[in-house]
Amino acid sequence: MSPEEILEEIQKDAAFFEESEGGITVSGGEPFSQPDFLKVFLGKCKQQNIHTALDTCGYVSSKYVEKIADKVDLFLYDIKLMDGRKHRKYTGVSNRVILKNFKKLAEESRSFLVRFPVIPGINDDVDNVRQTAEFVSACGVKNVSLLPYHRAGIEKYKALGKSYKMGNTRSPSDKQLKQIKQSFENCGLRAKIGGG
Amino acid sequence: MNNRVRKLREQTVRTKPYITPERAVLITEFYRNDAKNQSSAPVLRALAFKHVLENKKIYIGEGELIVGERGPAPKAVPTYPEICCHSSEDLEILSTRKKTPYLVDKETRRIYKEEIIPYWKDRSIRNAIFSKMSQEWKAAYEAGVFTEFLEQRAPGHTVLDNKIYGKGLLDFKKDIARSMQQLDFLNDSEAYEKAEELKAMEIAADALIRYAERHAEKARELQKKEKNRERRKELKKIAEACTRVPAHVPRNFWEAIQCYWFIHLGVVTELNPWDSFNPGRLDQHLYPFYKRGLEDGSLTQEEAKELLQLLWIKFNNHPAPPKVGVTAEESNTYNDFALINTGGVKADGSDAVNELSYLILDVVEEMRIPQPSSMVQISKKTPDVFLKRALKIIKTGFGQPSVFNTDVIIQELLRQGKTIEDARNGGASGCVETGAFGKECYILTGYFNLPKVLEITLNNSFDPTTGKKVGLETGDPTLFKTYDELFGAFKKQLNHLIDVKVRGNNIIERLYAEHLPVPFLSLLINDCAVTGKDYNDGGARYNTNYIQGVGLGTVTDSLTAISYQVFDQKQVTFRQLLKALETNFEGHETLRQRLLNKTPKYGNDDDYADGIMKAIFEAYFDAIDGRPTTKGGKYRINLLPTTVHVYFGKILGATPDGRKAGDPVSEGVSPVQGADRKGPTAVIKSVSKIDHARTGGTLLNQKFAPELLADQEGQDRLAQLIRTYFKLDGHHIQFNVIDVETLCDAQKHPEKHADLLVRVAGYSDYFINLTKELQNEIIKRTEHKSF
Repeated sequence: MSPEEILEEIQKDAAFFEESEGGITVSGGEPFSQPDFLKVFLGKCKQQNIHTALDTCGYVSSKYVEKIADKVDLFLYDIKLMDGRKHRKYTGVSNRVILKNFKKLAEESRSFLVRFPVIPGINDDVDNVRQTAEFVSACGVKNVSLLPYHRAGIEKYKALGKSYKMGNTRSPSDKQLKQIKQSFENCGLRAKIGGG
Repeated sequence: MNNRVRKLREQTVRTKPYITPERAVLITEFYRNDAKNQSSAPVLRALAFKHVLENKKIYIGEGELIVGERGPAPKAVPTYPEICCHSSEDLEILSTRKKTPYLVDKETRRIYKEEIIPYWKDRSIRNAIFSKMSQEWKAAYEAGVFTEFLEQRAPGHTVLDNKIYGKGLLDFKKDIARSMQQLDFLNDSEAYEKAEELKAMEIAADALIRYAERHAEKARELQKKEKNRERRKELKKIAEACTRVPAHVPRNFWEAIQCYWFIHLGVVTELNPWDSFNPGRLDQHLYPFYKRGLEDGSLTQEEAKELLQLLWIKFNNHPAPPKVGVTAEESNTYNDFALINTGGVKADGSDAVNELSYLILDVVEEMRIPQPSSMVQISKKTPDVFLKRALKIIKTGFGQPSVFNTDVIIQELLRQGKTIEDARNGGASGCVETGAFGKECYILTGYFNLPKVLEITLNNSFDPTTGKKVGLETGDPTLFKTYDELFGAFKKQLNHLIDVKVRGNNIIERLYAEHLPVPFLSLLINDCAVTGKDYNDGGARYNTNYIQGVGLGTVTDSLTAISYQVFDQKQVTFRQLLKALETNFEGHETLRQRLLNKTPKYGNDDDYADGIMKAIFEAYFDAIDGRPTTKGGKYRINLLPTTVHVYFGKILGATPDGRKAGDPVSEGVSPVQGADRKGPTAVIKSVSKIDHARTGGTLLNQKFAPELLADQEGQDRLAQLIRTYFKLDGHHIQFNVIDVETLCDAQKHPEKHADLLVRVAGYSDYFINLTKELQNEIIKRTEHKSF
């Protein structure tokens, strides 16, 4: 599909956006894996006054981020782990560029919703939660969504004939989630359980 | 709710409807003795009305404050043999059918057999109707092309305005006397008929006043015997109210409600008009009494609420008059479609929401009973708080209130020629039908099966189900070279079958005008009492006839499938498609899957399918809108189904959209069940392509998963969705908020779900009371899990 075709589809919902002050969210995979397309597409949305949100993991060259930053009204930004070593262990890459991009965008006073996936045994420890909250807070960002890990992917992996490596990980309990939420709030953040 | 309300609610919910011979016996007695008096038809009818009200049993139940029953007790349902004389077999069916039974005891059966049936079997209007219809009409009726609303029930479909709250029936009588004086017996050739009609209205007014007095007498009698001091006081107040209203203007909230209720009973005793009767804009009518009562301390909010709840119970005590045959199929419910309007705008165009509007919603929420139905009118001026209050009830899943667009209702009424004040004082009644309350006779004359017209066209005038010729020979479809040729044939067939329906209507309408005038109802609807013309004879200020289109989604998807697969993509020949339909897709599953999954469908904001829908809408509109009625009014269209989409599907073979023979067709303006796959916003966009302002009502059903509306954010989203639909000029939307698992469980274990209410068409009903087909249809409606 071309950016124009997608825009045409989006325009069908314009009446609803007007009422709800809603708009579009570009998500993925990772939208930045198609940076040129992203730039053209977001540019067209802004021309039409459509509110744009971008769902990203932040692992992307800062020159790409710079190019589109003005065309994004809201960043949905994943911060998974503050410890660089652990980050590399679980995601395969360093978190340096992620945090750097975040900081830079925050300095430019961009709007954010930080997405913190709560994955028991991996990033839900007290230290990581505290460090994340402090980092976000220090950047002057306020809103955080806690996304509890869920096991809905197991069946999908099975169907695709792939092995699911996190079969033993359980979803976090409500109590755990509330505690984590509190930790974020203690740093002056607005935390919410669930997406949106 | 308090103890009194709880007990009475329990009674109305638990008591099973049963047939009472009371009215039939009194009517028969009257006709045997008095019909020979050679009175004019209206006077005869007024005297019959009087005879029933003078002799029927007066019921004042324990704990009741608002009194009066159509039968001798709650849930006792009378019959109207002058319209439909139920045979002994009918009574047997009514009593034993699995769904919506009306119990008939032995003694009642004996009375019908010995007294009622012998007198009425050849005299009922139903009899006259069927004997006067043409062969063509009968063939179409039997094939299920259309239904006939007036074969078992009288024209009604009307709603009251505020006139009874500012004037007593004694004042109405003064108006009648004035009209009588102004009759010009020298120059007006109809002066005699008018005088008879006015005389009849006067008799009817007196009859109702007397009926109310009989309740006062009964209350005083009970008061004497009553040991409980509190109850004695209540009975005294009941007696006072029944002496006061409806003869005089009500003085307070209680009397206003009691006044309406007597008027209601009058209308539903005189005949069995469709959609029972309805107070309409109740929050507007009662507000002055409410406000005054609170101000002078004579009324508390709790008392007002209790009285409203007691009115709700009265409505629920009154199941629809029993229906049999096709009429039972098209409207298979106890619900009699009284629809209480709240919100909207005032006559001056300002927002009409008041404290009573909210109190009524509290009552709806607490009572949670199928009758009366309730709705909110939302204009662009209506505060969001009101809409959101309504959504809090909607999300609890019993289908009430439904949501209407005041601004479009006004546009519809203005287009039909109503004044701006009459339009603003109007609303919707029945399921979704627009009306100028208190001033309009708007008759639904029958449902019209749009997919059936296509089936007959595809079979070149032949109905495959009955094997009979129905309609015109419009050509062998396999010879059509273009889609336009096919659509041309469809339109020709449509116009022809509408002609057949209207020719029948013209005869039926005159039968009612001449033989069954309704002087009491005429008294209530402007300007019958001024012109001296009956409601059934064009006396109302506005007269509108409707033919209700059904299966818009199914016929759209079917024509779309032919256009797309046969003519555009050339994936299948017309001959192959017809063969597949003939065999109900046996051995053609690949084709069926293509039709279901690889073809544009209405409801997805896809201009290919939606464009075809628009063309069908225009064809239907052109076939009907503007035709003259015998009352001097005009025909209009609306799009709603009650339960007829199940019946229309039952007698319909497989359709080109992939639907199998016998499955229900789509309902209202909703997409085919399961064909809308792009979420509620796409549905709304598709449905908005209909020009609702040129209808007299459209019905859109949507089903949401409960978790979607669980929190405030979800409800806010729904409010925005509704506001957007209304900005796009949608007429009405209603919701089922129950998960599929619950519905399936209720099918398996009905005993565990006795109280499960669901939205069917323009009304709610107990799920376990629905036929299996209808239950399945509701389960199959697309459930939205996100916006």
